[in-house]
Amino acid sequence: MINSGDTAWVLASAALVLFMTPGLAIFYGGMVRAKSALNMMMMSFAAIGVTTIIWVLYGYSLTFGSSQGGLIGDFSHLGLSGTLDQVVGAEGHQIPTIAFAMFQLTFAIITVSLLSGAIADRAKYGSWVLFVAVWVTLVYIPVAHWAFASQGGNGGWIIDKLGALDFAGGTVVEINSGAAALALALVLGKRDGFRRDPMRPHNMPLVLLGAGMLWFGWFGFNAGSALSAGSLAATAMINTQIASAAASMSWILFEKYRDGKATTLGVASGAIAGAVVITPACGYINPLGALLLGLIAGVAACYAVSRKYKFGYDDSLDVVGVHGISGIIGMLGIGLLASKTVNDTGQEGLFINGSFELLTHQVIAILAVAAFSFTVTWLIATAISRTIGFRVLRDDELTGLDTTYHAESAYDITGNSNRY
Amino acid sequence: MKLITAIVKPSKVDDIKRALQADGVHGMTVSETRGFGRQKGHTEIYRGAEYTVDFIPKVRIEVLADDADCDHIVDLIVATANSGSIGDGKLWVTPVETVVRIRTGERGSDAL
Repeated sequence: MINSGDTAWVLASAALVLFMTPGLAIFYGGMVRAKSALNMMMMSFAAIGVTTIIWVLYGYSLTFGSSQGGLIGDFSHLGLSGTLDQVVGAEGHQIPTIAFAMFQLTFAIITVSLLSGAIADRAKYGSWVLFVAVWVTLVYIPVAHWAFASQGGNGGWIIDKLGALDFAGGTVVEINSGAAALALALVLGKRDGFRRDPMRPHNMPLVLLGAGMLWFGWFGFNAGSALSAGSLAATAMINTQIASAAASMSWILFEKYRDGKATTLGVASGAIAGAVVITPACGYINPLGALLLGLIAGVAACYAVSRKYKFGYDDSLDVVGVHGISGIIGMLGIGLLASKTVNDTGQEGLFINGSFELLTHQVIAILAVAAFSFTVTWLIATAISRTIGFRVLRDDELTGLDTTYHAESAYDITGNSNRY
Repeated sequence: MKLITAIVKPSKVDDIKRALQADGVHGMTVSETRGFGRQKGHTEIYRGAEYTVDFIPKVRIEVLADDADCDHIVDLIVATANSGSIGDGKLWVTPVETVVRIRTGERGSDAL
């Protein structure tokens, strides 16, 4: 029997998580130069469209269909067939399968959208659209099956066989996108003028607006992942708030100490890093643990994003530093801090019961997802690059992709302002 | 006739406008512009990366004047725009062949 309270929360959460992708478009769009701002946003909107079509046709089925050896689902739900009258969830907390499918779709959308930040201002739009379709199929769907498709011990290998814990997508969304972003940035190469020209964010208020939308939507992402409207969802929600707030403050504290100024880009980035770090852990650790992880993530991500200049890869909007690094810290944090008093269906971490078992499982999950995602993404991007091409012409890049690829401009700036 | 062109700090524009108005100057034109001189650019920090912004915002002021008034207006702008610090800008004077008021067709000093 369907539980209407749980169903209402999952439906609302699906809408919240979908809201994150336009939020990401605005967050990213403000961070690039004005001449390619629309292109940056269009990359996210393409991800919404393409991923939704794939999800309906075969994505949901391959992710949550009956597991084939823990690696991938099957074709039993093509076109969402056989899901309309089904329910998922424990007795007393059942929700319509179709609500679950909608909720999970929004995760696939935001994950592939995140990758666009690594290749800002220089990807052919058609090639990106093709990449989205191939990447969701070959990378997102398998990884989501591994970590999300629990089928009574016979589902995805990470959740059902390895027993690593990932509440809302530290592996599937964050480490996956971080590793894939690194591969994409390496295949496409640096923007013209990287480290030579100032590539300032063209609209910081947009960045803050986008960060706010992401923060808001993340409550659906994390608390919605409880798949029921109860104490676990409440724990996940307050942990999300705590970690985001803590990381926003630790990021600007660290940069104030290092660079001399607390910046708006820092406070926005810190909030995102905090939401990322708590994504896998929010349903397994207590609020003080969330505070600790948030404080660590703000400093670690702030340090990590500056490393790209040393290593020389142009992960333009810092997907690796913010999502990859914070995702890893969150997954490791579970191995240390997870407690059954928070979630009795979970396990206990090193600091709770003194055993390295869970931590070891977390490390295996991190390494497996990062290696798989990086390798397959590199192959996909290289294949596209060698065939239809992935990088725009230098002239188009310098002119900006808004006019060259979309025949539009983000801003119509005519004449003087009337400030004088 | 002369064309006085001044590149000044944006924060000085209102002061200059008031000084010129009080002095009875017929008109002025302002435009936002960017450039560098001895001041060079300034530094901004985004996610720990320091960027030197070479071109910094300035305002260009253009005033047409009779030869007789020119030195006085130049002195007035220089005195008002001067803060004593680097980056106060520059001013130059160029000769003007003629001036036409478009509405009436008046030429020369009558058009000012």
